[in-house]
Amino acid sequence: MKQQNNIRFVQGNEACVEGAVYAGLDFFAGYPITPSTEIAEHLAQRLPEKGKKFIQMEDEIASMAAIIGASLTGNKVMTATSGPGFSLKQEALGYACMAEIPCVIANVQRGGPSTGNPTHVSQGDVNQARWGTHGDHSIIALTASNHQDVFKITVEAFNLAETYRTPVILLLDEVVGHMREKLVIPEPGELPVVGRLRTSVPKDVDYHPYLPREDGRLPMSDFGEQHRYNVTGLFHDMWGFPSNNPKVVNALLTHLVDKIENNVNDIAMYKEYWMEDAEYILISYGSSARSAIHMARNRRARGFKIGVLELQTIWPFPTEIVREKCADAKAVLVVEMNMGQVVTQVRNAVYNPNKVFLANRIDGQLISPTDIKTVLRMIQGRGV
Amino acid sequence: MTKNEFDYKDYIRARFFPHIWCPGCGHGIVLSTLLRAVHELGLDKNEIVMTSGIGCSSRISGYVDFHSLHTIHGRALAFATGVKLSKPKLKAIVPMGDGDALAIGGNHFIHAARRNIDITAIVMNNKIYGMTGGQFSPLSGQGKKATTAPYTTIDNDFDVVELAKAAGATFVARSTVYHANEAKDVLKKGIDHKGFSVVEILTQCPTYYGRKNKEGNAAQMMEVFKTNTVKIGSKKLEKNPGLIQRGIFVQDTEKLEYCEAYDKTIETAMKGKA
Ligand code: SF4
Repeated sequence: MKQQNNIRFVQGNEACVEGAVYAGLDFFAGYPITPSTEIAEHLAQRLPEKGKKFIQMEDEIASMAAIIGASLTGNKVMTATSGPGFSLKQEALGYACMAEIPCVIANVQRGGPSTGNPTHVSQGDVNQARWGTHGDHSIIALTASNHQDVFKITVEAFNLAETYRTPVILLLDEVVGHMREKLVIPEPGELPVVGRLRTSVPKDVDYHPYLPREDGRLPMSDFGEQHRYNVTGLFHDMWGFPSNNPKVVNALLTHLVDKIENNVNDIAMYKEYWMEDAEYILISYGSSARSAIHMARNRRARGFKIGVLELQTIWPFPTEIVREKCADAKAVLVVEMNMGQVVTQVRNAVYNPNKVFLANRIDGQLISPTDIKTVLRMIQGRGV
Repeated sequence: MTKNEFDYKDYIRARFFPHIWCPGCGHGIVLSTLLRAVHELGLDKNEIVMTSGIGCSSRISGYVDFHSLHTIHGRALAFATGVKLSKPKLKAIVPMGDGDALAIGGNHFIHAARRNIDITAIVMNNKIYGMTGGQFSPLSGQGKKATTAPYTTIDNDFDVVELAKAAGATFVARSTVYHANEAKDVLKKGIDHKGFSVVEILTQCPTYYGRKNKEGNAAQMMEVFKTNTVKIGSKKLEKNPGLIQRGIFVQDTEKLEYCEAYDKTIETAMKGKA
C-alpha cells in the first residue's frame, strides 16, 4: 500500500509541485500563465491542506514581490511563471539577488519573444535567466528532462536558495511541464532538505544581517523576531543600510558574484550517458536531452561512439566540467530549442570552439532524434 | 495609552541619520506623527514591519527601528502582502509617496483594498515626484507646473479617498501635516483597524511643488492645508464646496479580513483531508 501511495502518473508541473512540497514549501504567490499554470493550480489545493499559504496575486510583479516578503518572515517560498511573466518579474528578481533573499522561481518556458508560442515548447529563456535583470550579479538556474529529475532538482533548488541566500530559477520547458510519466515520490529523509540558517546572535547584541561569516554564509533573522534590520535593493552596508561608499559597493557586488561563481563545482549537476569512450558528444538539457539520449542509444547500437552530457545546472555555467569532458571529443553537438544560447557557453568552455556545433529547432516543435542525427551526419561528413 | 513619555529616540535608528529630506519637507512631520501613533498604541517594535517603495517618502522605513523593507518602485503593497499573509500576527505599515502608491503602484493599491488585507497604507501626498526632481504625479491635478509639465498639467488627478472606497478599503481617512495631532489619531485608528486601511496625509514638498507653483515656503504651504481643508461635513462646505474634507470616511468592521478568510480556507482544506 505504502509503495502505491508513492507512485504517481503525473505532469512535469505536478512533479515540480511535489518536489516543492517535499522541500517544505510554505508560501506560493503566482499569476496564471501557460504552460506553468498547473503548478499554481495544484499548490492552491495542496498548501492549505498543510496549513500553508497560497495566494493568487494581481500580476506577475506582485507575485514575485509577495514571495520575497514571505521569505523574510522565515518561509520557504516559490512562484511559477513562463517567458512573458518571467520578464515582468525581473526587477523584483534583481531585488532578491541584491537583498539576498532565498526564493525559487519556476519558469516553464514557451516560445518568444513577446507572447510568442504559449502552448509550444522552447528553451529560449536560458539567457533571460542569466541576464534578464540589470547590473552584475550571479544566479542559479537548474533544469531537468524527466519527472523524477524535476522532483529532485526542485528540492535541490530550495536547498541552494537557502544555502546561498539567492533566487534559484527552475528552467523547465513546455514538453516536460505537460508530458505525463511516472514519478516515485521519495520517502521523507531520502533526499536532503536544507533548512534556513538563522542567526545565533542573542537579543540586544548588534546583529549584522549582511556581514558574511567566514564560510561566506549569512545567517538570517526572521521578520517579527528579536532582531530588527533594514532590507533594501540599494547597495548597503553590513546593517542593511543604504550606502554608496565605493568600498561598500565594491565589496557587496563582489560578494554577490563570488558566493555563487566560487562554488560552481558544488552547484553543478549533470548526467552522463556513454561518455567513457565517446568520440562525439551531445550536450543537451530539458526535453531536448530526451531526444539526444534516444538518438545516442540508437547510434551506439550501430557501433558509433556517441555520448551525452545532460546539463542540469545551466547557471552558473559549469565551464570547467564541460571543458574537461569534451577535451578528447572529435566534435561536440549542442542540442537545444533556441538559436544557440548554451552553445555559446560551450564554445567559450572548450579548447577548440571550431569543433562545437548546434542542432536546434526554433519552430515550437520538439527536436527529434532524426533532426539531431541529420546534423551529426553532416558533421561527420557522411551526408544526410 | 502607555505610561511612558514619548521619546522619538526610542523609535529611530540614530545610526542612519542624518536623513535625506530637504529642510521644510513635510515627510519629517509624518514620521514623527507615525511614531507618536505607534507609541500611544503601545505596540512592540518587533511586531511592526514597515514596507516602502521608492522615493523621498519611502526612505521613512529605513529611519525607524522596526523590521523594515525598502523595496522597488510601486510594489510596496505587494511585498507587504507577502509579509502579512505569511505571518499575520505582524502589523504591516506601508508609507508611500503619491506616484509610488497610485501611478506605478495603482494596481497593487486597488487589489490590496479589494482583498481587505490587514495593512495600513499611508499615502504621503505632496502632489509631485520629489526624488527625481519635480515631475507631475497622478495627484498633481490640472493646471500645475512641474518639470515634465512646463505648460502646466493636463492630466486629471485621482481622489485617493474615493478610489480607496470604490476599491473596497474598509478604513479610509484623510488628514494633513498641519493637523499633526488629528493625523496621529487617524493613524492610530487606521493601524488598529483590522482590514485594509488607507490614510492619505497631505504634505508639502517646498523644494519642487512649492517652488514651481509659487506656493511659498514650507510654512506658507502648510497654511494652505489649514485654509483649504475642513472636517467632514463642515458647514463651510455649503459656501465653498471646493474645500477638501478631512477625517474618517469609512470604518467598516463587518467585512472579513483576508488573512482570517484564508484561515477558514485552511480549515476547509484540512477537513477535506481528514
Ligand atoms: S524633494 Fe520634496 S519630497 Fe523630497 S525631500 Fe525634498 S522637499 Fe521632501
